Amino acid sequence: MAAPSPARPGARDLAWAGDKLAQGVIFLGGISGILLVIGIFVFVSREGLGFVSNGLDLREFLTSPAWRPTSNHPTFGALALMAGTASVTGLAMLVSVPLSLGAAIFIGEFAKGRTRELLKVLIEMLAAIPSVVWGFIGLTMMNELIIDVFNVPVGLNVLNAGIILGLMAAPIMTTIAEDALKAVPDGYRQAAEAMGATRWQVIWRVVIPAAKNGLVAAVLLGVGRGFGETMAVLMASGHSINIPTSPFDSVRALTATIAAELGETAVGSEHYQALFFLGIFLFVVTFAINLTADLVVRGIKNG
Amino acid sequence: MKKLLLLVAAPALVLVACSRPEPGAKGSRVVLQNKGSDTLVNVAQAWAEAYKEVDPNTAIAVTGGGSGTGISALINGTVDIANASREMKDQEIASAKANGVEPVEFVVGYDALAVFLHPDNPATSLSFEQLAGIYGDGGETVSWSQLGLDVPGCSSGEIVVVSRQNNSGTYAYFQEVVLGGKDFKLGTRDMHGSKDVVDLVENTPCAIGYSGLAYATEHIKKACIGEAGACVEPTVEGAISGEYPIARSLLMYTSGQPTGGTKAYMDWILSDAGQCILLDKGYAPAAKVSCK
Repeated sequence: MAAPSPARPGARDLAWAGDKLAQGVIFLGGISGILLVIGIFVFVSREGLGFVSNGLDLREFLTSPAWRPTSNHPTFGALALMAGTASVTGLAMLVSVPLSLGAAIFIGEFAKGRTRELLKVLIEMLAAIPSVVWGFIGLTMMNELIIDVFNVPVGLNVLNAGIILGLMAAPIMTTIAEDALKAVPDGYRQAAEAMGATRWQVIWRVVIPAAKNGLVAAVLLGVGRGFGETMAVLMASGHSINIPTSPFDSVRALTATIAAELGETAVGSEHYQALFFLGIFLFVVTFAINLTADLVVRGIKNG
Repeated sequence: MKKLLLLVAAPALVLVACSRPEPGAKGSRVVLQNKGSDTLVNVAQAWAEAYKEVDPNTAIAVTGGGSGTGISALINGTVDIANASREMKDQEIASAKANGVEPVEFVVGYDALAVFLHPDNPATSLSFEQLAGIYGDGGETVSWSQLGLDVPGCSSGEIVVVSRQNNSGTYAYFQEVVLGGKDFKLGTRDMHGSKDVVDLVENTPCAIGYSGLAYATEHIKKACIGEAGACVEPTVEGAISGEYPIARSLLMYTSGQPTGGTKAYMDWILSDAGQCILLDKGYAPAAKVSCK
């Protein structure tokens, strides 16, 4: 029997077609993320930019707290909504930064063997809890707890939403911060120990400064998570247009406003376009936060 | 890019087309989409339930969400009947017409809007002026002591003002009648349903809220509306006679004069059988009826 003749280069047989097909599918998969992001941005812009061309009052949008889209004289001031989102996210960071950085340092530097594995799995499980469940916890348990402990009339406020959101953002921040700590070469630690540094000094003076960029990125991604979260904030924040002066004030977030009102406006109306404009605003802010986080992480690798 | 959008959009369009059979098609089973007012949703569901007996070939899918939701859906052409506890605004009628929808209005009943207080609240009556001070833009009433009241269990004295989301017909009606068309104060807690208002007020001594009378429970206090000594309690009878000042029409809108299954359903709702179900749910019927 003759040996099979070697395939001519460039022959268009079945294997060639399969190869091309696989290549195409993988290429499509690879660029789909980019296409989707661009597609979403184009769609949101197309719906929302009508609001700009229909005489957007940017000063009102940025400086007035009066969000009255269905009034006889509609006003579209988003200041209170921005303040709502900012206050809830800010408080969430106060809760989650110490918690998650502490957890990351413990897992990365102190915990050993099974404790470490168990903690990592548990923290990842925490990230898998759906946001509506967190919202429900805020609406029922936290609400009553805050009323009892602080003696305030209603427990749905900045404090409630901030704590819930802080707990939601903590797992992702812990995971990324721990990766950053792990990326610090062991040689640094050994060198510091050789110089007679205590364990605490190694972590505080050597590991954390070396992992600084990664830790900042972890916090920024947590901020992005908080900024974009909708359901839990909608349920726990009290849904009240208000520039908060204390953690016990109810507020309304940008995301919650879109979620609550979008399904209920006529397509193409001014109110509908204004909501999409809020969406553009959110998209741009979250994009900027994530981009900053990305650049900061890149900084660690090049530097 | 365009191709990708088409790929996504085409099946979605097919789905939308399939789920909306033409109402009134003879012989086959008809599904009527009915959506809107949260105030009407309970009675609309009771109607849909009872109508199964009348015409087993017609199914009515009822959803709530607020009057604005129902009207938007009618404008967008996704429902057969929209429920509303306020009239359509001129702007909404205009955009409906622009979409080729000619809304036709039916008054199916009346509802008294009750102002709710915590049972421990000693207030006896509330006038429109006092309510405007609490709810209206620029109103200066922020604590119960300004009304001369000391509410047990409300140590801060702050009035927790409970309102509805801005697409609610109850919200729009309250704004029109009690606030004289002026805007609401900012900082009200905007609930997403009549039941949420009642739940919050029931559990919060500092709170005040408003909703359809039919949502009242025995754990909540209904304010007497008007000047002290000459106020009117919210009742179904008061809503029928017009004596109670905040009673409104409950409306249903169809796209064009109803035909086929939609017409049969609307006729049945306005008949004694339909109106007695409405009365049973705590609303006032559109015309005099005799119920068993």
